[in-house]
Amino acid sequence: MQAFIDGLIGDASGLQREIYYLVGMLGFGALVVFGFILPLAGVFSWLERRVWARMQSRIGPNRVGPFGALQWLADGLKNLLKEDVIPQAADPWLFRIAPYVVVTGFVAAWVAIPFAGPLIIADLNIGILYITAVTSLVVIGILMAGWSSNNKWSMLGGIRSATQIVSYEIPAGLALFPAVLLSGTLSMQGIIAAQGWQPWMWHMFHSPFALLAFLLFFTGLLAEGNRTPFDLPEAESELVAGFATEYSGMRSLLFFLAEWGNLYVIGALVTTLYMGGWQVPPFTENAVLLTLAQFATFVLKTFFWVFVAFWIRATLPRVRVDQLMSLCWKYMVPMALAAVLATATLMVVFPEGSAPLRYATFAIVVLAVLQFFRRVVFHLRRARGMGWTIAG
Amino acid sequence: MTGYLSNITSAFATTFEALSVTFSHLFRTPYTVQYPDRLAVRVQDTLPYRYRGILEVDLEICTGCLACERACPIDCIVIDAVKDKATKEMILRRFDIDIAKCMFCGLCSEPCPTGSIHHTREFEGADYSLESLVKRFVRVPVAAYKPKKTGEDDAAIVPILERGMRYIEEFATPDAGAGKGDKAA
Repeated sequence: MQAFIDGLIGDASGLQREIYYLVGMLGFGALVVFGFILPLAGVFSWLERRVWARMQSRIGPNRVGPFGALQWLADGLKNLLKEDVIPQAADPWLFRIAPYVVVTGFVAAWVAIPFAGPLIIADLNIGILYITAVTSLVVIGILMAGWSSNNKWSMLGGIRSATQIVSYEIPAGLALFPAVLLSGTLSMQGIIAAQGWQPWMWHMFHSPFALLAFLLFFTGLLAEGNRTPFDLPEAESELVAGFATEYSGMRSLLFFLAEWGNLYVIGALVTTLYMGGWQVPPFTENAVLLTLAQFATFVLKTFFWVFVAFWIRATLPRVRVDQLMSLCWKYMVPMALAAVLATATLMVVFPEGSAPLRYATFAIVVLAVLQFFRRVVFHLRRARGMGWTIAG
Repeated sequence: MTGYLSNITSAFATTFEALSVTFSHLFRTPYTVQYPDRLAVRVQDTLPYRYRGILEVDLEICTGCLACERACPIDCIVIDAVKDKATKEMILRRFDIDIAKCMFCGLCSEPCPTGSIHHTREFEGADYSLESLVKRFVRVPVAAYKPKKTGEDDAAIVPILERGMRYIEEFATPDAGAGKGDKAA
């Protein structure tokens, strides 16, 4: 990205150069935010409702545009035009700033998210640490929103969010270390470069421990993103809308923008660290074609994990606060620690990596997927026996 | 310790199974009925013949006997019928039914001799004013129907009368066959 802007600027120097550089970066940032993140979050909101509805034998929004695909535009417009209510007893400043802090924390993560080989805004050498750090800013925003609303539900939502994100940072942070150890770098592009395009060359198949770390990482990220089954901060049935209770109009929309946009960040992190990122087989010499293929691969993998997040939301009920804490501290933290230590040990025992272990892990996952589809067919057969119609 | 391990295995096993159940739902057809516009058949047409929807009057076969007006427990039917001295015919000058008042009890359609007043299967009565829910069947005063001893021969009225008689048969005597049998016995 830096090289690209350098090319555009040409031979300007000194202050002029810095100004060009600033304008270029801001322009590109605005392009990414308005051209990619906003529509993406919107489309996710629609996709989620559709997937969720189908899993509950409903249809979901299907009226606005083809298959309801423009529903998010209608919703966004509606929220933009709504009145922005600020409660009289609220802390006006914190109340106003909170949504922006949340959005800043989430948008900042996009700086280090790769899209393809040459496509990344800034390939920081501490990429993954940077993302973990800036996404924690979201907690501050949520706490601000919860406290400044001057409302018991919002307060509880904010507190729950803080407990949850602070707790789950630990297993999620530990579970990303096997990938970092295996690649020997914290840079997002470096981690992807350390993996191959073949599925069994991905970090998640390095050993059963890497697989475990991958599962823990995904679960931890779901918890950090306030996704069901860990959506305690805005548990509708308990806290109205949690920290977002008092918000209306655009400010409320910003929280949801961050929530749905965060799904892509979750998917992208999982894809980068454990799923081989944008790696494609070197099928062509054409740089543009290769970049496009890499972009498509990365986005497809990411969308798969976003789909899994929708799917989990439609499947699992919300956990209780005590269950949330016990799951984190009693189960996930020890398991994540074990995964890190075991991966490190394996790297000492097999400095070149153990091929049989890799293939065995891959075989386990393939068998699990096969067993999964057998169960799906079983449930479909049973459903047909109970009088359901099965669509093709 | 065994409890700890069994918690872990059951967490994995139950999540796995639950995910397969929800995934299988993607291949099942949804239950949603997209009322009112995206239906293969209108809901009205799927209702039983004897459904008590909004009232309708076939003026062509109304005898002006006022049986329905008298039967109505809440007086939502208003009929104004006078005898024309010259032609000895009943002239209907007004036949209003206030659908907003009507409780769809069906008592008016039971005594009707020709099945002129009858329930339709229409139930969508939403409107912007109460006034428009008053159905006025008589615009221009008309002569009431007079049954002929030789049977109906006007081709325009025959199908309407047939519908009316069928309605009486099916609506007014719910246990059509059984009722007659009981009387015979």
